[in-house]
Amino acid sequence: MTPSKISCRQSFSRALCNIAQKNKNIYVITSDSKGSATLENFEKAYPDQFVEVGIAEQDAIGIGAGLAKTGKRVFVCGPASFYSSRCLDQVKVDVAYAHSDVKIIGISGGVSYGALGSTHHSLHDIAVMRTLPGLAIYLPCDNYQTTAITELLANYSGPAYMRMGRNPVADVYTEASGVVFMPGKANKLHEGNDCTIIAAGEMVQPSLGAAMLLEKEGIRVRVLDFWSIKPLDADAIVSAARETGLIITVEEHSIFGGLGAAVSEVVVQTVPVPMKILGLPDEWAPSGSSRELFEYYGFTAEKISDQIRSLMKCKQRK
Amino acid sequence: MYSVEQLKYISTDIRKKIIEIAHSAKGGHIGGSLSSVDILVALYFNIMKHDPSDPSRLDRDRFIMSKGHSVEGLYCVLAKAGYFPEAMLSEYGKFNTIFYGHPTLKVPGVEMPTGSLGHGLSIAVGMALGAKRDKATNRIFVLMGDGEQAEGSIWEAAMAASHYKLDNLVAIIDNNNLQISGHIDSVMRLSSLRQKYEAFGWNVVEIDGHDFHQLTEALNTTPWKAGMPNLIIAHTIKGRGVSFMENSASWHHKVLTEEDFERAMDELNHSEKEAI
Ligand SMILES: Cc1ncc(C[n+]2csc(CCOP(=O)(O)OP(=O)(O)O)c2C)c(N)n1
Ligand SMILES: [Mg+2]
Repeated sequence: MTPSKISCRQSFSRALCNIAQKNKNIYVITSDSKGSATLENFEKAYPDQFVEVGIAEQDAIGIGAGLAKTGKRVFVCGPASFYSSRCLDQVKVDVAYAHSDVKIIGISGGVSYGALGSTHHSLHDIAVMRTLPGLAIYLPCDNYQTTAITELLANYSGPAYMRMGRNPVADVYTEASGVVFMPGKANKLHEGNDCTIIAAGEMVQPSLGAAMLLEKEGIRVRVLDFWSIKPLDADAIVSAARETGLIITVEEHSIFGGLGAAVSEVVVQTVPVPMKILGLPDEWAPSGSSRELFEYYGFTAEKISDQIRSLMKCKQRK
Repeated sequence: MYSVEQLKYISTDIRKKIIEIAHSAKGGHIGGSLSSVDILVALYFNIMKHDPSDPSRLDRDRFIMSKGHSVEGLYCVLAKAGYFPEAMLSEYGKFNTIFYGHPTLKVPGVEMPTGSLGHGLSIAVGMALGAKRDKATNRIFVLMGDGEQAEGSIWEAAMAASHYKLDNLVAIIDNNNLQISGHIDSVMRLSSLRQKYEAFGWNVVEIDGHDFHQLTEALNTTPWKAGMPNLIIAHTIKGRGVSFMENSASWHHKVLTEEDFERAMDELNHSEKEAI
């Protein structure tokens, strides 16, 4: 796969600039975060559609909700860590409960900020956001998908949370593939019936890599890109359970409450099959870059494939 | 007590160390570290009652680094004060060390993990209130950024501090007029910080945050008025001590090139010679 020169946040900002040119109702709010969200160009091009609130995430969400109630479609953009915790009450009440037209764009999610440490990691965001009725949750895995989801958000009138990573990522999708993303519909990236990997965000790439490695050994792994964590594609989960009998979820999130939990909630209530939830364990991460942490916690194609090999052995023994 | 000359010398030495560890880690928040150094040096070398050999001594003065991103400055000052060997600082930026890019409790001398802005003043209020209820005589110091003042939690804490008459609390604002996106007043206007805090019931003093006479005087004489919390607005220069970083927003978290590193060290070596 070709490593992209740009990061998802840059694709997001490009896409939003294009959309804002035609749609004057598109607003951006930042909280001293326009640099990290790469929205300086947006501010320059559309100063009347841009609001800076200073380092005040609670205020940003409240102002966003207020603006939305005057007919704007508001994108509040800043670090995922702070937007999923500092202002959670505003997100719950003013955005989700009030069904406001606010899109919360969590940048540098997961362990993107690396050695800046746990204050800056968002490994809890999916867990908390998932419990808020009516709030859509999307995790793009590459630039093509980020652009597509940004367009989707720009055409949707309800509340949503999109979480992106900080660093440039390899392409999973190409322009030529022409894949269309529908909320609540997972995308099958690799066929297989021996087991299924369900992944989201930056974990899609190494999961696909693991499937490629295992294919050489004759293990056929189904890989599902669960970019839409809410709404969740329950049908794809049920089929995976029925047809492959073993599900491994991979996420840059706590093993509690995230994608793995969402999938297992469906599995145990429909077609119970063995599952493995790969994510960050219940501990504060050591100091290190996101790459080092991926390595340490086993988020590489090699280490994911190791996990699957041993799970497959257990499956065959049964 | 160190003399002003000695403090200046220590500060320059620490500035060099900040540049060194930020360079070797290829990261860091240099600008804000350099604007805070003199405040930290005054506190740890002349003002606070503390014991690096026993960081949890009950009667210690406490310091909270609310602007946790200026961590290189804090680490270098804690090392110099004797909380851990200076040689350990070479671990900064390496995998699995105690030195994260924001303060954590793994580092001896750090009272609270910080990095999410707007928490420090509330924590300091809690510590000051605890000390009052225990009839203890120690003081609680907290350092905040000026951009950080936009966080609403700070004003909730400011209200509580005066409500509980916490004259054992000394808040300091590193007023360097910059935050990540540029000038404070273009991002979110602060207008008069002094008037705002005075309206919340604080006693406010404004000083040059790089002048050790003024720092020592202000920090040594609290409470300035019985029953009122104390605020020092320290006028500072972000990037202070390295000419090309001074007053430049980009040095908030810019990464040093080899050439930047050489230039910065040359300037600081020069200042050090002058200080002797
Ligand atoms: C709650 C929260 N929001 C955003 C950030 C990101 N951030 C880190 S430093 C900074 C700017 C701080 O400016 P200021 O308080 O003026 O500090 P200084 O100029 O002294 O570096 C921001 C927005 C953060 N660390 N915490
Ligand atoms: Mg500042």
